Amino acid sequence: MGGTQKKKFERGSATNYITRNRARKKLQLSLPDFRRLCILKGIYPHEPKHKKKVNKGSTAPRTFYLLKDIRFLLHEPIVAKFREYKIFVRKLRKAYGKTEWSAVERLKENKPTYKLDHIIKERYPSFIDALRDIDDALCMCFLFSTFARTGKCHVQTIQLCRRLTVEWMNYVIASRSLRKVFVSIKGMYYQAEVMGQLITWLVPYQFSHDHPTDVDYRVMATFTELYTTLLGFVNFRLYHSLNLVYPPKLDIKAESELKGENEDEYAMDSESYPEKLAALSASLARVVSTAEEEDAQLDAFPTEEEDLEKVEAREKEQMQLETQKKIFEGLKFFLNREVPRESLAFVIRCFGGEVSWDRSVCIGSTYDATDETITHQIVDRPNVDKSYINRYYIQPQWVYDCVNAKVLLPVEDYFLGVTLPPHLSPFVEEKDGDYVPPEKLKIMALQRGEKPAQEQDDDDDDDDDEEEENDEDDDEEDEEQNEDDEDEAEEKNLKEMEKQKSQGKSLQVKVTPGKMKMENPVRLEQEEKAEEKRLAIMMMKKKEKYLYDKIMFGKKRKIREVHFIFFYLNKCPVLRKDNISTYFSLFTRVSVLFFFI
Amino acid sequence: MEQRSEMKKVREKTKRKTKEVEEEEQDELFDINNKATEKDEDDDDLSDSEDSQFSGLEDSGSDSEDEESDVEEKSSDDVEEADGSNDDPDKQRQQTKVKNNKNKKGATEGKQEKKGDEYEHDTSDEEDIRNTVGNIPMEWYKDFPHIGYDLDGKKIFKPIRNKDELDEFLDKMENPDYWRTVHDKQTGRDIVLSDEQVDLVNRLQRGQFGDINFNEYQPTVEFFSSDVMIHPVTNRPADKRSFIPSLIEKEKVSKLVHAIKMGWIKPRRVQDDSKERYYDLWANEDSSILAKHRMHLPAPKLRLPGHEESYNPPPEYLFTEEEKALWEQQDPEDRKLPFIPKKFSSLRQVPAYSRFIHEKFERCLDLYLCPRQRKMRVNVNPEDLIPKLPKPKDLQPFPTTQSLVYRGHSSLVRSVSVSPSGQWLASGSDDGSVRFWEVCSSRCMKIVQVGGAVKSVAWNPNPALCLLAVAVDSTVLILSPSLGDKLVISSSERLLAGSQEENPSEGPQPVVWSETEGEELKEGIHLKIQHPKAVHQVTWHAKGDYLASVMPDHSSHLQVFIHQLSRRRSQNPFRKNKGLVQCVAFHPIRPFFFVATQRYVRIYNLVKQEMAKKLQANSKWISNIAVHPGGDHVICGSYDCKLSWFDLDLSTKPYKVLRHHKKAVRSVAFHKGYPLFASASDDGTVIVCHGTVYNDLLQNPLIVPVKVLRGHVITHDLGVLDVTFHPTQPWIFSSGADATVRLFT
Repeated sequence: MGGTQKKKFERGSATNYITRNRARKKLQLSLPDFRRLCILKGIYPHEPKHKKKVNKGSTAPRTFYLLKDIRFLLHEPIVAKFREYKIFVRKLRKAYGKTEWSAVERLKENKPTYKLDHIIKERYPSFIDALRDIDDALCMCFLFSTFARTGKCHVQTIQLCRRLTVEWMNYVIASRSLRKVFVSIKGMYYQAEVMGQLITWLVPYQFSHDHPTDVDYRVMATFTELYTTLLGFVNFRLYHSLNLVYPPKLDIKAESELKGENEDEYAMDSESYPEKLAALSASLARVVSTAEEEDAQLDAFPTEEEDLEKVEAREKEQMQLETQKKIFEGLKFFLNREVPRESLAFVIRCFGGEVSWDRSVCIGSTYDATDETITHQIVDRPNVDKSYINRYYIQPQWVYDCVNAKVLLPVEDYFLGVTLPPHLSPFVEEKDGDYVPPEKLKIMALQRGEKPAQEQDDDDDDDDDEEEENDEDDDEEDEEQNEDDEDEAEEKNLKEMEKQKSQGKSLQVKVTPGKMKMENPVRLEQEEKAEEKRLAIMMMKKKEKYLYDKIMFGKKRKIREVHFIFFYLNKCPVLRKDNISTYFSLFTRVSVLFFFI
Repeated sequence: MEQRSEMKKVREKTKRKTKEVEEEEQDELFDINNKATEKDEDDDDLSDSEDSQFSGLEDSGSDSEDEESDVEEKSSDDVEEADGSNDDPDKQRQQTKVKNNKNKKGATEGKQEKKGDEYEHDTSDEEDIRNTVGNIPMEWYKDFPHIGYDLDGKKIFKPIRNKDELDEFLDKMENPDYWRTVHDKQTGRDIVLSDEQVDLVNRLQRGQFGDINFNEYQPTVEFFSSDVMIHPVTNRPADKRSFIPSLIEKEKVSKLVHAIKMGWIKPRRVQDDSKERYYDLWANEDSSILAKHRMHLPAPKLRLPGHEESYNPPPEYLFTEEEKALWEQQDPEDRKLPFIPKKFSSLRQVPAYSRFIHEKFERCLDLYLCPRQRKMRVNVNPEDLIPKLPKPKDLQPFPTTQSLVYRGHSSLVRSVSVSPSGQWLASGSDDGSVRFWEVCSSRCMKIVQVGGAVKSVAWNPNPALCLLAVAVDSTVLILSPSLGDKLVISSSERLLAGSQEENPSEGPQPVVWSETEGEELKEGIHLKIQHPKAVHQVTWHAKGDYLASVMPDHSSHLQVFIHQLSRRRSQNPFRKNKGLVQCVAFHPIRPFFFVATQRYVRIYNLVKQEMAKKLQANSKWISNIAVHPGGDHVICGSYDCKLSWFDLDLSTKPYKVLRHHKKAVRSVAFHKGYPLFASASDDGTVIVCHGTVYNDLLQNPLIVPVKVLRGHVITHDLGVLDVTFHPTQPWIFSSGADATVRLFT
């Protein structure tokens, strides 16, 4: 028997991983410092493939870091800064204890600071990497910028977050890169396409936060520290990519426009400029001041050697995008004071609309409510005291729905006091067999250019002429009309239902033997195919069968859910009268699916 | 003397008066009052007041006379003010006293002045000199005629007053000064306050200074001001230390210098906001750093919200009551959605989301605490998993539809067998009868009552004979159904008769052959082979001369018998019990014998009389086996729903295991001509499979299920019990627990 006995756990995966405590000891850091270092450097635990091997035979729950990662942390200059800071705190405490105030002063002046530039560069070697990871940074900065200055974090941090988020929003406006908006119960979701990356962020509603006690703000602050640095550099680069001046400056024209007002009421001189930037109503100054250049660039690029179909599809998409970017162009909006100003101003400006608000709401309003050229006034209250003939009074959801639908939706559904149509998430992409809400179908029809029957009946022109005098009458008429339509539709639906039902019954009866019946050749073929499939399934290997069963279980569950939704709709038809026809068409599809499976 | 007594009286009076005043002080005014009075006195006469200040305390050595006069002095003033009715002698005395005083003062002027200045406003240790009882509650003297003692130790008597309520009232009504009359407890007298005193009281009550002339808003004159005066404050010459360099400072400076040199103290840093200064970080991108993060797993992005998160979702996404209740009951990690969908009629009604910070924090925790692992998601199209098989259509012919049902049995039909010609079908049932059917017409041609449940029937495979072996209880009957060709019938009967002569008669045999007579012979039963135990299965050798019967038994080796019909001989091929025998079969061509026990199938070479192979069925309990007509393949059905296909050339393990049935497989069969095999199960189905066997050894058999035949009704949890193929046609017969035999074509 030659050779020495090999010891266990001294080679292989056991040596690639290190537990957290051992890592901490190796780095000679306290737990909070280690945590901060991990956050800043982006080091996270790894789940080993064979946990028991790595854990040296034990099954105790432990978190493992890659040994390489920890070695990588070993030479991080910021670790030295952490130690320096520790020493600083010790000295300061000592000075306080001895009441040596001059020493305290001196120490405080020399408080060690660190910069995270090199870490950003290291974590995101290319700019695209940084953009890919900017989602969380944006969410966090938007959250921190809404914090009150109550000592949960430094005031400077809050101000910096606010500054950076405003810069970001201004960039999105300038580049017109916003794609989707979603008003959820949590906040506003925005999705922008920046340099080919889809970036989604969530902005909380503008309310004061009820700070929870079970949240460690130090962790969040550390993240924010990193994220502000990242966002700052990203902003810089993005601004330069558009030839914008980086610490953003207002356009000279816009600045002069805004200057006329009495600014003193809002803020001090030092504060009014950032406020004006945050108002999002004016365009930004450029290094090379040509606005047309951008368009030329956009037109130039889609020529590459690819399949013709692909190129065509892409061109079509490009066209769609171009139209979406300009949906609000030429429209003039006025925001009432009760609507969320920042969000609406941001969205409207992103799509080329002009926007203003009451002078007393915020700095930066460009025209008054009395302006005759205003086309839409966004109102979120039951009624308005004074209304103008030549503008629509609509609820804010219209703006968001238009953006998501990529077309200007009919305004009738969004008038004051009207029950709003449901607001759908633009992020959902339905696959085959998924449930599609009927509203989405409607919007898809609109996108294709089809006009639903109801809208055609309403004559917009007539309405406009007489709206002032007999607004209510009109509404009533409309309602009646609608009701009639609905009644008709309902009758039709009922007939259809009966038909469907009778068909369904015949399907069931068909199985019984003895009756001579003309056999449906299509059906026969289907059955044959189904049988073939069933027999083939019988021949599957055990492993594959298991997988197949699992997949099919998931599919069936999905179908069941859809089924349930339809069942629910059927139960309360009052809610969705118009759905029953779609319900049954889909229902038959689902039942056929069931049959095959 | 008279004067003296009077004086005494006055003194008493005055003392009391002063006492009264002092009482007042104590009551509400305290020091300030005293001061005020002194001030008043000061105005009148400075020296007077000085004296009164320190009367009685100041110089204990001074004679009593002096003191007295002092007291007098002070009190007189008070008295004068207090009551207008003063006696003349008092006044006189006053004047004299003043003179006295003045004389005295001349002597002790220098000293007194200083002292007077020093303690001018100090009344802290002043003692009441009118009444020496001290600071005690005066009601202690309530029952005495006197109220205390004066300095000389004489009693001070209470004033004679017996004012009752009425007097008091009258006084209140009549006396215009009643409101300013105060009772002095110390002396027991009433004092009428003067205007000034009333004024003083009022002012103090209002919280003002006692002195009218005192200006509280006097401009302060700062002595040490920021202005540099021309003249020095002191005339002192400058110190020497102000000319020479300080050693202590030198030491301090040298320490600082040393500290700076050593780098202990850093010079004040220039404040820079470089932390918030941004530049083009990615100006020169290099991919060298990329290599560092080869193991990097980017964190998954947050899930995008669905319709249910909308502030105004379609109504079908809202929770019903049950869903809501369920949501509340579930643990947070079990919930499908982390929130309850809500609907708001307009945007202004949407409140703040209370868990926003929580969720962001949890995201942070996930980012730096959550172990990451790359998991391969199986993104398989389920259609791809289904094996590509040849279409059943291309594998025809095989039985597809049920065409005939043979009814007649009254109990479950255990076994069926088809004649080698394919014209007749025999079935054995638990109702104790064997029925013969014509296959094409489903007519029952003959019924033979055998007097017991028929376990197994087997038609002799020799086409020149027409014989049927039937297993009933512990006997095997050889029947000649006398159906079909007369030549065949006669030849088979001849066989049965001819073998008679060679009947061996050696000792006691476990198996007894016997011929039947009379009724039984008429029915067609020609031979009876009596076994020691119940027979479960009979099977013929392909030639039709040998017959094997199975008697499953744990304990003995007498489980299988092979009978030779022509010589009427029986033998037990096995000396040892190798397990409960389930089923036996003859090899169709070669001299092999298959014995299936619970777990294994053993193959014996009958010529060499040894075991050739032992197949492992990988199943719990084998129910039935069938041998391919080529002889190289065996299928084996088991009660645990499996059907195993063995390729005898390859291995002792099954080449393929088919789990087609949901319940126990009862019977399996191969077709003699077509590449078909079938299995019958308790779930009421017969599954027909295509099984092509190639002559090429390298090519594996192709096994494709082609048809599931349904028709039998499940009774008593039993479905199809036996299955057999038609010898020439692609037809299949199945017998079931529902007392029918069915033909599928």
